[in-house]
Amino acid sequence: MSVEDTEQTLILTGNEASAWGARRAKVNVITAYPITPQTTVMETLAEFVDSGSMNAKFVKVESEHSVMAGMVGASMTGARTFTATSGQGLLYMAEMVHWVAGTRLPVITTISSRGIAPPWNIWVDYSDVMSMRDTGWLIQFASTHQEIFDSVIMNYKIAENPEIMLPVFVAYGGFTQSHTSKPVIIPSQSDVDDFLPPVPENGWSHVYLDPDRPIVHGNLVMPNQEYMEFRFKIHETATRVSSVIKEVIVEFNKKFGRDYQGLVEPYMCDDAEFILITIGALSEQVKIAVDMLREQNMRVGSIKLRYFRPFPVDDLVSLLKSTNVKGIAVIDRSIAFGSPTGGHVSSEFYSVLNQLEKGITYLPGVWGLGGRDVTVDDQVAVFTDLMNLHENGEIATGKNKFIAGTLWVNIK
Amino acid sequence: MIKLLKLVRVDSKKTRMKQAKVLPSFKNWQELPHIPISVGVTGSIGKTGEWRTFRPVIDSNNCNKCGFCYLYCPEGTISFDKEQGPEIDYEYCKGCGICAHECPKKAIEMKREE
Repeated sequence: MSVEDTEQTLILTGNEASAWGARRAKVNVITAYPITPQTTVMETLAEFVDSGSMNAKFVKVESEHSVMAGMVGASMTGARTFTATSGQGLLYMAEMVHWVAGTRLPVITTISSRGIAPPWNIWVDYSDVMSMRDTGWLIQFASTHQEIFDSVIMNYKIAENPEIMLPVFVAYGGFTQSHTSKPVIIPSQSDVDDFLPPVPENGWSHVYLDPDRPIVHGNLVMPNQEYMEFRFKIHETATRVSSVIKEVIVEFNKKFGRDYQGLVEPYMCDDAEFILITIGALSEQVKIAVDMLREQNMRVGSIKLRYFRPFPVDDLVSLLKSTNVKGIAVIDRSIAFGSPTGGHVSSEFYSVLNQLEKGITYLPGVWGLGGRDVTVDDQVAVFTDLMNLHENGEIATGKNKFIAGTLWVNIK
Repeated sequence: MIKLLKLVRVDSKKTRMKQAKVLPSFKNWQELPHIPISVGVTGSIGKTGEWRTFRPVIDSNNCNKCGFCYLYCPEGTISFDKEQGPEIDYEYCKGCGICAHECPKKAIEMKREE
């Protein structure tokens, strides 16, 4: 039985899981430029295409700017398109990242996140993808190897919805996720085909490329014309997409037997008084810290934020209103220099706090920049600090420093 | 003016999608397509000949009808016929002078507009 015909569990790195996602999604065009720690995504895909197990155009280009420009051109023909990048590479393609969303093209790109230079750093740090916050792309964080694979499949279905037509970044940690190996369930090709049909034969409904019938796209739009309306339409879609994401997750869970819960995933939150909100793989590790504290009869819980764009304000508000929460900590693995809280998620979380009851203790923080280890003990210490802040108004563990409104976890 | 096109999917693979009705106006954002698409039209930004300071004038006695001016004109305002030679559309010629510069016979003179 070949791997194409039946569901199999393979031992894959996070990057290989990403490449398998593109393979099972039957992408038509891949543009590639190497950058650590993403490179093995493209190497794996190059092997798939070379061996004939994938029927895709694999286009090697001279820079990341051209990688994303290639995605624009290929996707405008109606092709399903895929690429991957990291850190500086993502920054270099930034202009074309805006072009993809502005042209409403359903490109999927996985990000093996790494720290931004200088000084050079190639280890997990979400500051790279967070810098794409306002581009119009949807941004999802995959916290397990399985979720990396599944997310590529699910997000094509979300992005290619004619009412949505927005690109998606799927981000995961450089090295800790990209280069470690785990079992990943790879469904058969026919099962994925059932879930994710091929791209429309006649291309997307809003744009086409045909040399026989030339069009002008990316037009100059004057101030008194519709520039503002086209901006508004992207924003309107990027907020409305939540319902489509949930529908696709429900359908995916049913088809493949997974238990993704939506844009946010609570753990032990029903009676929780103190809740830690995080993104990425560390939100899986937080569950261990929660279990340890629960053994000491402490009412703690955690929330994994799966989507950062759209920012799931309504989901977080309704979830937190259903708990007995007294204190919330939001810890980022990215740095937003000069922002009110130092982190991206923790700053935006104020829009959630604003709709909750007054008097909740709020502790925004930053941890694990540039791949610095965050242990279960570190996470327990954040809970301890949060509880102390609520009870006594101060941070007590001594491990972390509370500086200018931000908890710096395990800083020297 | 941008003339926004609403694309309509058709069944035939050959024609793929047809450029359906032009949207000269719309009531609100809901009526807009995802992105602006238009087709090339002459003078989409107005009569650009008004920008001209120097007017290219062809000396038909000296012109050998090689067609270089027609090929080099960046604005497509020179039409060319092998028998008749080149003809400049002064409604849209911006007067950049590239045709005069490239003319191998120096048969185009840039004359200041009055």
